[in-house]
Amino acid sequence: MLTGQQTWKFERQPHIISTATIVGPDEAKGPLKDSFDKCYDSLDINEKTWEKAERQLLSEATSLALTKKNLTKDDLQIYVGGDLLNQIITNNFVARELGIPYLGVFGACSTSMEALAIVAQLVSTGAVKKGMAAASSHNCTVEKQFRYPTEYGAQKPPTAQYTITGAGAAVIALDGDGPAIEAATIGKVIDLGITDPFNMGAAMAPAAVDTIIAHMNDMNRTPKDYDLIVTGDLASVGHPIATDLLLKEQVPIQTTQFDDCGLMIYNVSEQPVQAGGSGAGCSAVVTYGHLVDELNKGHLRRVLVVATGALLSPLSFQQGESIPCIAHAVALKGKGVD
Amino acid sequence: MSKQKRKPTKYSKSNLSAVEYQNFAKTKEPPRSLLKNCIMAFLIGGAICCAGQGITELYMYIFKMSKEQASDPTVATLILISVILTSLGIYDRFAQFAGAGSAVPVTGFANSVCSAALEHRSEGLVLGVGGNMFKLAGSVIVFGTVAAFFVGIAYIVFGIGGH
Amino acid sequence: MIYVWAFIVGGLICVIGQLMFDVAKLTPGHTMSILVVAGAIIDGLGWYEPLVDFAGAGATVPITSFGNALVHGALTELYETGWVGVISGIFKLTSAGISSAIIFSFLAALIVKPKG
Repeated sequence: MLTGQQTWKFERQPHIISTATIVGPDEAKGPLKDSFDKCYDSLDINEKTWEKAERQLLSEATSLALTKKNLTKDDLQIYVGGDLLNQIITNNFVARELGIPYLGVFGACSTSMEALAIVAQLVSTGAVKKGMAAASSHNCTVEKQFRYPTEYGAQKPPTAQYTITGAGAAVIALDGDGPAIEAATIGKVIDLGITDPFNMGAAMAPAAVDTIIAHMNDMNRTPKDYDLIVTGDLASVGHPIATDLLLKEQVPIQTTQFDDCGLMIYNVSEQPVQAGGSGAGCSAVVTYGHLVDELNKGHLRRVLVVATGALLSPLSFQQGESIPCIAHAVALKGKGVD
Repeated sequence: MSKQKRKPTKYSKSNLSAVEYQNFAKTKEPPRSLLKNCIMAFLIGGAICCAGQGITELYMYIFKMSKEQASDPTVATLILISVILTSLGIYDRFAQFAGAGSAVPVTGFANSVCSAALEHRSEGLVLGVGGNMFKLAGSVIVFGTVAAFFVGIAYIVFGIGGH
Repeated sequence: MIYVWAFIVGGLICVIGQLMFDVAKLTPGHTMSILVVAGAIIDGLGWYEPLVDFAGAGATVPITSFGNALVHGALTELYETGWVGVISGIFKLTSAGISSAIIFSFLAALIVKPKG
């Protein structure tokens, strides 16, 4: 049900009934290591190429999400997934394996919430009975495609972010045990002219702010209605910028916990990750691992996950274009919260 | 969720212009540790050059080469060392703190060629390794060659005639 | 004594590169291209060879010497065989560097996988 300008408020609230998160070695050393289902200790995930490694992560995450609740692929009528690689090739191959009707989406690092929003809408309206949303990223596939060969000695500036290696998948159904999805706010593309692909936090912050404000206005809520508002991957440069921009518009963000998945997944001061984590897998593994856990345990009652994406291509910044960004928000509610 | 009736608070959307935002974002950029980076670049670059000097003198001493004759084997040796360090996965970690100290010497050139070759092996030897080896180093060769051509032309035009 | 100057001159050229990274915010590709062209122009002015005599490897190891070698090859060939030398001589002195980079990198790609 459309609420306001860009928010879908679900009359029949779907539930996240199962999740699975598989990550790589750097995430296994971070603060959230115990919330992930499986951690690999080497970046190659025992595969021949980086691309096959990312595929393996996503394949395991999607299978595990099903087996955890004794489901099979025949129980799902839609799979919506995306990643950062050209033509979202990782998801294409995993969808081939899954054999479920497939909608591939590209939202850069906002893909996880874009996919979740779409599946929630399809389930809520009865277009499907059960669906899966997933997103993945791998540090080496992204470095190879967007930046430099992984063994190249380029000194990364302190604003650079570290793409996480991980895949997160969630199964959504109308009824079931798990956090409820109250609403989803679909973001608009916001571009305030940042051209530096090594400073994506600054590029994405305005998009996150725009979506948060749109969500609050559409839902008639204030930040205090949530125990936690978390952005996808603004990290240590973009997150303070977003905080400042929100305060500037008199949004009382300080009345709630305002955090960022890219800052939660790593120990930013100790791990060599520059400004913090990023990647399509970042908000996916933090949400489907840690946040769903906390909602199920009752430690969090209402969470707004605002996944942020930088919609650039490897070519666009070489051609002097700025970085268009987007943020999609999904409001999750714990069990027993009215 | 509060049951009290709340007057709807509509937040206004940000009307920051692109230029205003870019200036604001610049102030929020963590400063690069320029002094530390320059010191590291100086020390490490200097050390690599000294190593090069040592290798030249080794070739002059062991193989009785003249200084000019020893220069090619020296370059080849430095490149070999860089290829080995790149293949062991050490060069990129070293470069994060060495910065230009590891990128500017010819070892950086070798690292750019080797890292591209290793990375694109997954696409095969011909299209992958062959087609991508000069992905990063290509600009250096192109611009060096074009510059050398124009310098040569300048010599012809001004009638200096080479040396 | 030459070691001291090799260290200082080589180190200073790297500092110039670092300033291009951090102050001018140039990419490594841009920085190296500028340094190579600088080396070429400096040799064109006849100032690079004296620097090599003075600082040894401090001048021959940085990428600027690649520009120097390209120009040197072109000018030597120009002197010896005439105007065609400007094109035919360019890679004469840099053959060792380029060939060894290609050969060793190719061999490495045959036996090693990148580690990320």
